[in-house]
Amino acid sequence: MTPQEVVERALALPGADDRVVIVDEDTTANLRFAGNTLTTNGVARGSRLTVVSIAGSGTGVVSRSGVTPDQIADVVGAADRAARDAQPSEDARPLVAGEAAADWDRPAEETSIAVFRDLAPALGEAFAAAEAGGRRLYGFAEHLVNSVFVGTSTGLRRRHDQPTGRLELNAKSPDMTRSAWVGAATRDFTDVDVAALDATLAQRLEWAKRRVDLAPGRYETLLPPGAVADLMIYLYWSAGARDAFDGRTVFSKPGGGTRVGEELAKLPIDLYSDPARAGVECGGFTVAHASSRESSVFDNGFSLGRTRWIADGKLANLIQTRHSAEVTGLAETPAIDNLIMEGPAGGKSLEEMIAATERGLLLTCLWYIREVDPQTLLLTGLTRDGVYLVENGEVTGEVNNFRFNESPVDLLGRVTEVGAASQTLPREWNDYFTRTIMPPLRVPDFNMSTVSQAN
Amino acid sequence: MRQIDPDFLALPLRRLADAALQRARELGAEFAAFRLERVRAETLRLFDARLEGSSDADDLGFAVRVVKNGTWGFAGGITLTPEAVAEVAAQAVQVAEVSAPLNREPVELAAEPVHEGVWVSLYDVDPFDVPLRDKVALLGDWSAGLLAKGVDHVSASLMQVKEQKFYADSAGTVTTQQRVRVHPSLTAMKSEGAAFDDMRTLAPPVGRGYEYLTGTGWDFPAELAELPDLLAEKLAAPSVKAGTYDLVIDPSNLWLTIHESIGHATELDRALGYEAAYAGTSFATFDQLGKLAYGSPIMNVTGDRTADHGLATVGWDDEGVQGQRFDIVRDGTLVGYQLDRRMALLKGLGRSNGCAFADSPGHTPIQRMANVSLQPAEGGPSAEELIAGVDDGIYVLGDKSWSIDMQRYNFQFTGQRFYKIENGRLAGQLRDVAYQATTTDFWRSMDAVGGPETYVLGGAFNCGKGQPGQVAPVSHGTPAARFRGVKILNTVQEGGK
Repeated sequence: MTPQEVVERALALPGADDRVVIVDEDTTANLRFAGNTLTTNGVARGSRLTVVSIAGSGTGVVSRSGVTPDQIADVVGAADRAARDAQPSEDARPLVAGEAAADWDRPAEETSIAVFRDLAPALGEAFAAAEAGGRRLYGFAEHLVNSVFVGTSTGLRRRHDQPTGRLELNAKSPDMTRSAWVGAATRDFTDVDVAALDATLAQRLEWAKRRVDLAPGRYETLLPPGAVADLMIYLYWSAGARDAFDGRTVFSKPGGGTRVGEELAKLPIDLYSDPARAGVECGGFTVAHASSRESSVFDNGFSLGRTRWIADGKLANLIQTRHSAEVTGLAETPAIDNLIMEGPAGGKSLEEMIAATERGLLLTCLWYIREVDPQTLLLTGLTRDGVYLVENGEVTGEVNNFRFNESPVDLLGRVTEVGAASQTLPREWNDYFTRTIMPPLRVPDFNMSTVSQAN
Repeated sequence: MRQIDPDFLALPLRRLADAALQRARELGAEFAAFRLERVRAETLRLFDARLEGSSDADDLGFAVRVVKNGTWGFAGGITLTPEAVAEVAAQAVQVAEVSAPLNREPVELAAEPVHEGVWVSLYDVDPFDVPLRDKVALLGDWSAGLLAKGVDHVSASLMQVKEQKFYADSAGTVTTQQRVRVHPSLTAMKSEGAAFDDMRTLAPPVGRGYEYLTGTGWDFPAELAELPDLLAEKLAAPSVKAGTYDLVIDPSNLWLTIHESIGHATELDRALGYEAAYAGTSFATFDQLGKLAYGSPIMNVTGDRTADHGLATVGWDDEGVQGQRFDIVRDGTLVGYQLDRRMALLKGLGRSNGCAFADSPGHTPIQRMANVSLQPAEGGPSAEELIAGVDDGIYVLGDKSWSIDMQRYNFQFTGQRFYKIENGRLAGQLRDVAYQATTTDFWRSMDAVGGPETYVLGGAFNCGKGQPGQVAPVSHGTPAARFRGVKILNTVQEGGK
């Protein structure tokens, strides 16, 4: 059966007042390598049927993989029973109404190992070049295609095909004391230039040949777009309206309510999501497999558009369901699967920002980022794969790694320069979030709490 | 002993395995393994005693893993017919062939006896046999009890997993396993003026069934009864003065420090660089095996895939290797790593100690953590006796924030509760505490290990590693222990306030 036929059959079965049916078809392919050789690889296929049944205002959600046509009724029956047994759902709302989208009948898109037909030989050449150049390459290439089909008993039929590709390349010196990293987000790998990425790595390993040991402290720091992405993704994940309204986050207003409308940054920074943004396109409607603080199964199919989370430096919106929007009195702004940050027009490139730096640190990546204090969104983590010393506009050597303690919210208020935004791959969070466009940032006093001995 | 669910055994397990292994052999694979899995997970979340959301999902599928001309090939599928399985086996061989030009290290596997058997973890009540409404009612009652005692909000959650695996390989091993795990957790929240804080239950996730919520293995009513007053005391507590202190660390906190600074650091794939681009490497490099002074002489750490109720406990791993117990640190010295079959042979270590695991049918097995545990001292001190030996220090309970670098040197942890120790006695809670250290400095500063009566099995459901990312459940047993001269940060000051 096609996914569309599964949706129709599940919706047509009697038993519940209303129903939402979601079918996910997934295909993946990956290559992993270490020390200039392949380590693991694979292809896989998955198929999942999720049925949300609504009886009165109770909901039941059951999700099963590899469902055969004769098992659809079992899944629907289990969801119906769970709905009848359930307490009333606080987020219960009329289902999103609609009709069949024009592309509803198209088959699901797929990927296979063939997506690496150009990448694999390019990696082979890079391994050979690395071997000859005294470098060891480590990394991972992955391509995923998710096709999701959402149907509701109110007539809505929407589907989205999401390709997600990423390449991570990490080069190390043979003694493992010098390390550099580059990453690329892609939809299909046709735009990935392995040789150019490897050249960047070679340059950075050269920079690292001069080692400078620095003590912990606050340093003027240039955060490249990937590091900014990792910090802003954490901020975004912490921007749930309900938790803020309940007084539990950095976006809670002391005494009650949220900080929406408050200035977070002195510079006119915008942080927003836009499903249609070129290069980081993502689904234009809500898909919720379960309800939580920031998602509601009743919102499935809800249309998503450009949403400004921070506008001109002020907190503008928080992640909402339709239910939490009623509770908080704010706009209905569900989560979107991309994140974009921009500063004033005319921002410099990272290279120009380096050239304009008298003395400071240039980071590559942040790693093992974890929340220390939700009240301030203080995060801790490590620098990784290259902290470079910039003196008089040039990189003059590599510095030891540090543990940092910083709040991305507090940091926004201290940023003194926002560079030109570009598409980037976050380092730490790219398992979950790859579609980002971020600028480099200049922070006058980034808190390096202690030295890490790690290379 | 419980039995494996009949509906899993009713699947055509051997017929599918035969189809996969035969096709792989026909296509020239030197080794092939077939794994069919069903992983069912149910999660429910309540907020202020009301069900906020629940999900009941399974993941059913199979994988074929081959070695062809010295290169791995892996493919996963979902259609449970001999024809579809054979086709996926052919894909796995094709993946190996496509990947061969990138491979410079031929794959060979350490020998393992052929096994045939069935294994079921230790649990009494299958949580999936308990109606959702009963679970919601129990968590709702517990939440209401906390709200009645003056906390502002309560979040509650219950995660339950049942994992069923059938494994067969070309050497003749055929195993079938089923294990169950649960993790109930409640967090109380309270505001006081502009300040807010929370406190979570210390009950660890365990390899038990629903009986864990009804009195076996943990006393939830007793723990919940104390929580509101403990949270109120925490909110009113003074902020810690940053500096250097002696620490007594409860198992509810120390398990995570063990996990991050010993468990991951002694994974041989990390030490050899296979995780270098992602999870990282290890300061405990292979050349230091048998030499590295990891900690003080009273430090003894084992890896164990056989511990009762351990989250990483299995009958056989995902390469058909029998679960074992082995030494990692003996008398303070690094003496062992966690292995899979390839690395065991590659480094001349003999038999694998059974640490291969895949978290789903769509993922290839990688080396994952055994239950890595700090051993108690026979006749060792109680927590009170450990505290009595501290003049100016801090007693740490419960895990919260954690972070460690990519070679497992530098770590920073917070907790649920911190108590000031003055002249051998607890002197009230402290706020805003984090401890920060270098792994070997920290373990070398351990001057006392608690006795067996202080030993508790902590753990986590979702330890992340590998690319594509995989999660693994793992337990860590530990007694309470004492550490001298550890750096303490004030987290508010760290935030620049």
